[in-house]
Amino acid sequence: MEAEEFDIFEHELVPVHILLTKEERAKLLKMLKKKPWQLPWIRASDPAARAIGARPGDVVKIIRKSRTAGEIVVYRYVVPG
Amino acid sequence: MPEDLERYRRVMENAGLPPKIVEEALRRLEKLPREVWGRFVEEVIKDYESRLVEPGEVVGVVAAQSMGEPSTQMTLRTFHYVGIRELNVTLGLPRLIELVDARSKPSTPMMRIPLKGEYAKNEELAKQVVKEIEELLVGDLTVRYEIDPFEGQVILYIDLEQAERRDVGLEDIVKALKKVRNTDVFLDDPEKGIIRVVYLEEFSYVKLRQLKDKILSVRLKGIPGIRRAIVKKRSTGDGIEYYILTEGSNIRAVMKVPGVDARGVRSNDVFEVYREFGIEAARQVLIDEIVGVLREQGLDVDIRHIILLADAMTFTGRIRQIGRHGIVKDKKSVFARAAFEVVTTHLYNASARGEVDDLRGVAENIIVGQPMPYGTATLGAYFYMREPRGKQVKR
Repeated sequence: MEAEEFDIFEHELVPVHILLTKEERAKLLKMLKKKPWQLPWIRASDPAARAIGARPGDVVKIIRKSRTAGEIVVYRYVVPG
Repeated sequence: MPEDLERYRRVMENAGLPPKIVEEALRRLEKLPREVWGRFVEEVIKDYESRLVEPGEVVGVVAAQSMGEPSTQMTLRTFHYVGIRELNVTLGLPRLIELVDARSKPSTPMMRIPLKGEYAKNEELAKQVVKEIEELLVGDLTVRYEIDPFEGQVILYIDLEQAERRDVGLEDIVKALKKVRNTDVFLDDPEKGIIRVVYLEEFSYVKLRQLKDKILSVRLKGIPGIRRAIVKKRSTGDGIEYYILTEGSNIRAVMKVPGVDARGVRSNDVFEVYREFGIEAARQVLIDEIVGVLREQGLDVDIRHIILLADAMTFTGRIRQIGRHGIVKDKKSVFARAAFEVVTTHLYNASARGEVDDLRGVAENIIVGQPMPYGTATLGAYFYMREPRGKQVKR
């Protein structure tokens, strides 16, 4: 048995999640002209959100592999729950 | 020359083309004479832009129709078999409904388990992994059982051949059964494989039957939930690769088994994937599963429609079903909700709560007989009858 905990970002289904800093978050929202809650959400209890230590109010940058575009960046707003 | 390519790459990237299209364009660019490069790139950008969805397009309605029509052609029969060794899989319309309804358990959970290194190359090693994960219950080895209501005991007749094939000795079974509470276990006849389980408390026939059920579901080995596992092979670029398909799903336990390539373990249970890997992974599984169902039925639906569906189901960070308990429930418009299901309930509750419908969506405007706000009709002009005093009024 392999003892150590598996890093979920190693898994092929889990895209890269990056926690945005305060400045990056402000810049992004300004560029999109959106309120944070207008982004798609991710729950604070989500395994991927927990792995990067995201807390409610943060914005997470996700770099997905896409079958149509190759790679695409999306953002999710961390909500409680 | 490479600087030139680099320059055109930047031109296309700045125009907002996705990486995949940029790569493809550059690949083709290299085969063309240099004089036309500029024009070619220009054409690519123009073509890309002409294919973008226009603002105000009713993408949801288009997606719904694009998936709805083909689904009328799907088989209504539930069961299909994968491969000769018959793994039972729900496909076709029932599976599609299961997915969009976001049922918490698929009717036929399945896993696809890739193997690491040597395990993937060697069929014997792969079979060892199967033995490790396939769940084996006492009931699977029992040919026949008897309930003795006079002495208060259950007698099991074990299939010795089967037990040997699965590497289980009678002692193992006895040991496992000792964990059942309030009982005593006796190995009556090792030759014939007869095991007697005596109930130690006051017994009744009903209690003995419950005991029997408990005994038969005692797990001897394997991973809970994995009812069957079979080795499949697939030819890759450099030779043959073995992987495992299972009936039943248990991601967490399977990932810990030696020989399993944890990075590629997949399950068709969307909610289990959500619990283990999060919303992004669940979204991907939803897309892959729906594409799989449609493709298996020979239907060709553009993946963008399916992506939109999966996005709609997952953008609240949880999996929402397409229906009155999920996406439709969250709609702001009373009429749009009422138009879906249980009309009177929605209208009654809305009036009791004094809800207001802004008539901004498609469904509610069809109901009241107005043009739908899509395409150019998304825009409107507002007039202020009075001169706005001082600062400008927005919107």
